[in-house]
Amino acid sequence: MTLTIGYYPGCSGAGTSVEYDQSTRAVCARLGVTLRDVPDWSCCGSTPAHTVNHVLSAALSARNLELAAQAGLEVVTTPCPSCLANLRIAGHKMEQPAFRDDVRALLETECETLAETKSTLQVMVEEVGLDEVQARVTKPLAGLRVACYYGCIMNRPPEVMQFDDPEHPMAMDNLLTACGAEVVPFPLKVECCGAAAGMPRKDIVAELSGRLLDTAAGLGVDAIATACPLCQMNLDLRQGQANAARGTRHAIPVFYFTQLMGLAMGLSAREVGLSKLVVNPKPCLERAGLL
Amino acid sequence: METITLQKPDSQFLRDVRERSGQEPSNCYQCGNCTAGCPYNFAYDIPVSRIMRLLQLGRRDEILQCKSLWLCATCQSCTTRCPNGIDVARIVDVLRHMAREAGYATERNVKAFGDAFLESVEKHGRVFEVGVVAGYVRKTGRFWTDIELGPKMLPKGKLGLRPHSIQGAEHIARIFRRYRGEPEPAATTGGETK
Repeated sequence: MTLTIGYYPGCSGAGTSVEYDQSTRAVCARLGVTLRDVPDWSCCGSTPAHTVNHVLSAALSARNLELAAQAGLEVVTTPCPSCLANLRIAGHKMEQPAFRDDVRALLETECETLAETKSTLQVMVEEVGLDEVQARVTKPLAGLRVACYYGCIMNRPPEVMQFDDPEHPMAMDNLLTACGAEVVPFPLKVECCGAAAGMPRKDIVAELSGRLLDTAAGLGVDAIATACPLCQMNLDLRQGQANAARGTRHAIPVFYFTQLMGLAMGLSAREVGLSKLVVNPKPCLERAGLL
Repeated sequence: METITLQKPDSQFLRDVRERSGQEPSNCYQCGNCTAGCPYNFAYDIPVSRIMRLLQLGRRDEILQCKSLWLCATCQSCTTRCPNGIDVARIVDVLRHMAREAGYATERNVKAFGDAFLESVEKHGRVFEVGVVAGYVRKTGRFWTDIELGPKMLPKGKLGLRPHSIQGAEHIARIFRRYRGEPEPAATTGGETK
């Protein structure tokens, strides 16, 4: 298939989640999806902006939606749920004329046309399709038992996101099943990991991410698949902190779902950025005969 | 058990919250579903359903001074599960805006992190993660925070040591200045780009 779509990597894609960006680009290339970066994109404002002011938050997001539209990109995809939420909520709220005027006053631009935003997860399921994904698999993830963890805001609030189920999403489960993995039902797939509390209140992240790790371990999984840079960081980089706080000894690899899709499509460990993960993923991949 | 003295509700406060959030707090009938699903309830000083009740009673100061407002991560569980369709997370967001405006910050480090993040966006147009950490440490003095994570991250080459500045950085800085109602500095007026 051929599909050209706007791409918004998000700030962490150029830093702490560089392997998410890298594997997303590589998998999209394999699937015939051409990603065109939003020209001169800027930060969406993330959580800190919407906790300060909704007009400021929408202005920071809308700049990108306007730049994308001006570049002829009707739809922009982002792998990051936090960017997704901000960009979509900005577009949603700017349907109200009074709010739109407030945003325009900060931006000093007309905001006549704004691109629509979709998660990369949504694009892969709805635009590419599970059959197409399955057709590209050359190394099925057979023998890899995975819990799919979506994080809290990939599909919520539902009237803004308009994709998948807000309590029991299946998009990632279905994608990784199409890639041959053994996907287990994971009851905490939309429970919050502790989000951005990592620096100011690491006790909260240790507790909430700890619950996720305990539950995944109880299900006997080899790995957790994530779709959010902050979830991945809390579960992977901070796994040691959760262990220390709770007296556990988890060593569960935490992948981005795009890394696992890439491996199934024959991309190398280097091409999907496996060396960037903190908990060593090699043992579980070797056991499953994938490395 | 704590008892409260019923007082005249701060009806102006209630009207402000209603207008700024676009939500009707009186639709809450205290089923407690929001609190039952709130992942942060274990860390809250006031559970979210009780914040809704205090809001109905117009008890401004108790609400704006509570820690819960700063700990909420906007995970949207409450909003998704409210049987009366109240966007509870948006109400909490608006209450946090009002707490900030009133000069309350009962979880100072949470506020410091958010401020450091936005300062980085204002300066570079994109977030410079190392800069956010440095800004946070400067504001809080917590220089040992996450120090043990450094050796895990540095060899991975994930921490960019230089910010990614963008062409539109000045546009972003201007958005922030206009938001704060500041006049444009003389050096940049009349010159859109340098």
